[in-house]
Amino acid sequence: MPEDRCGAGTFGGRVMLTFMASDSEEEVCDERTSLMSAESPMPRSCQEGRQGLENGEGAAQWRGQESEEDHEEDPDRYVCSGVPGRPPGLEEELTLKYGAKHVIMLFVPVTLCMIVVVATIKSVRFYTEKNGQLIYTPFTEDTSSVGQRFLNSVLNTLIMISVIVIMTIFLVVLYKYRCYKFIHGWLIMSSLMLLFLFTYIYLGEVLKTYNVAMDYPTLFLTVWNFGAVGMVCIHWKGPLVLQQAYLIMISALMALVFIKYLPEWSAWVILGAISVYDLVAVLCPKGPLRMLVETAQERNEPIFPALIYSSAMVWTVGMAKLDPSSQGALQLPYDPEMEEDSCDSLGEPSYPEVFAPPLPGYPGEELEEEEERGVKLGLGDFIFYSVLVGKAAATGSGDWNTTLACFVAILIGLCLTLLLLAVFKKALPALPISITFGLIFYFSTDNLVRPFMDTLASHQLYI
Amino acid sequence: MTAAVFFGCAFVAFGPALALYIFTIATEPLRIIFLIIGKSSEGLKSINPGEKAPSMRLLAYVSGLGFGIMSGVFSFVNTLSDSLGPGTVGIHGDPPQFFLNSAFMTLVIILLHMFWGIVFFDGCEKKKWYTLLVVLLTHLLVSALTFISPYSGLNLVLAYIILVLTGIWAFFVSGGSCQSLKLCLLCQDKDSLLFNQRSR
Repeated sequence: MPEDRCGAGTFGGRVMLTFMASDSEEEVCDERTSLMSAESPMPRSCQEGRQGLENGEGAAQWRGQESEEDHEEDPDRYVCSGVPGRPPGLEEELTLKYGAKHVIMLFVPVTLCMIVVVATIKSVRFYTEKNGQLIYTPFTEDTSSVGQRFLNSVLNTLIMISVIVIMTIFLVVLYKYRCYKFIHGWLIMSSLMLLFLFTYIYLGEVLKTYNVAMDYPTLFLTVWNFGAVGMVCIHWKGPLVLQQAYLIMISALMALVFIKYLPEWSAWVILGAISVYDLVAVLCPKGPLRMLVETAQERNEPIFPALIYSSAMVWTVGMAKLDPSSQGALQLPYDPEMEEDSCDSLGEPSYPEVFAPPLPGYPGEELEEEEERGVKLGLGDFIFYSVLVGKAAATGSGDWNTTLACFVAILIGLCLTLLLLAVFKKALPALPISITFGLIFYFSTDNLVRPFMDTLASHQLYI
Repeated sequence: MTAAVFFGCAFVAFGPALALYIFTIATEPLRIIFLIIGKSSEGLKSINPGEKAPSMRLLAYVSGLGFGIMSGVFSFVNTLSDSLGPGTVGIHGDPPQFFLNSAFMTLVIILLHMFWGIVFFDGCEKKKWYTLLVVLLTHLLVSALTFISPYSGLNLVLAYIILVLTGIWAFFVSGGSCQSLKLCLLCQDKDSLLFNQRSR
């Protein structure tokens, strides 16, 4: 089934949050230029000040951010530690302010994705109808006894999680052995599937729900344009807002697929299990995601933008294509082997040499493009947050209190995660806190609050 | 029941709260988040010792509004979604203005929560325990009215009277005075609280 392949391709890892500079396909150029621009004017926050870091390790980490892993996996987030010489209180305050800014930058896309999913679930019947299951969850939940059903859901979860773990390990292996073409091809295939096939199905169902007729030529034109522009924006260059919008849409589509094809209890157990997996994979020293991040850091390589949402500005085309004559020093990193050599030293002195020469000759106007250090969130996070809220909206008796409670819980979890990140300055998984809150709120609201509020509302009683 | 009822009731109930949010909170989200995580008072204290009190008032306002919105949303959103669907209101003899009454009641609850928040925080800060008691009792009173009295019109009128009284109380507690009100209404409010808050 197409959903299967897509599922395998797109959601292997997940959530790690990243503080990063701009993210686009002009990877190396952007990293370098963004690093430069952060150095030249006064840094707006301590993270920016880190750019010209004394600490070679910090510099490597900073650069390593760019080389995060690509797709599903969660780019790890590295936030540099304090700049020496600043008063610690101010530093902390700046850090928290920085963290707070990112809370806002992420609230909006996460909210939008959830709104799209909930609106679709509530209006289009197709996504709440039971129509078979994915091959990753082969055990049915139409069993006679509760115990059997629970057992089946646990088995489904085990299978799903092992598929995810295997995919992640496969990805790490591919990345370690530099099979970039394979990874790229995999990503492109997943995006193609999402942008064309799933969009076509979605559009078909929405049109059916609202009883709107559309002829095949129009449909073909619409889907073709949508998909082609999406591929361009996501894998190549495009306006940031458009790229963000497409990433939100494909996350929503993927979440809808999960909501439709995951049986009830399995969905909840899978959500719980994947947060635990995320926690383990990101924080344990031998976790696949951590290893992936470390490998990426060592090589100082940029990330594939296809499956990571970035809130930062991207450089324009003009900026990205730097003048070769003046950027001789910058061309070095393009070559992977040489890049490794230049990066392995990690020593402080090596970097300023690379960056100093182009700086004076750098046209000032181009630097006006606001390089906002953005934050990145893996698309897997969007997907699982939306799955939780969507499932809350789909099950139950059309109750909105549960949906809203889960929505608020997820946002609170995200806020806490981002603030913890700013405080601990270490890569943190974004799923566990939000999903835990979401699950607690879902079950308590659905079983305790809903009957109570229903009775109150029907008699116009206010508390 | 139509979309008109749905939108009308939704805006009656949530319009003022949304407007307050958009015009006062959404424009300075960083400050709000900062307040909530508690760092602002230390940072601001180092700059200007007099800053702490207004921040606390802002926090009281924001948290009161937050509580109010959550309470209002949870009480009213299911009723709102029912108002879109097919049905006839009052078919068994209940008052046909069910939706409108609910919407106005939700509005009064949201605004009351906001005022209670301001007064409550102030009471806690200045250690005026009777304030807390009065807030609690008025809250109980408004809820009990809805439980006991079947006349929704009477409930609404009483609740709005309590709203006005609590609003006046919150206004004076947060530093307003007749003088500042006059200045504000005549648009000569260079020294008014809100103006000062915004310019900081």
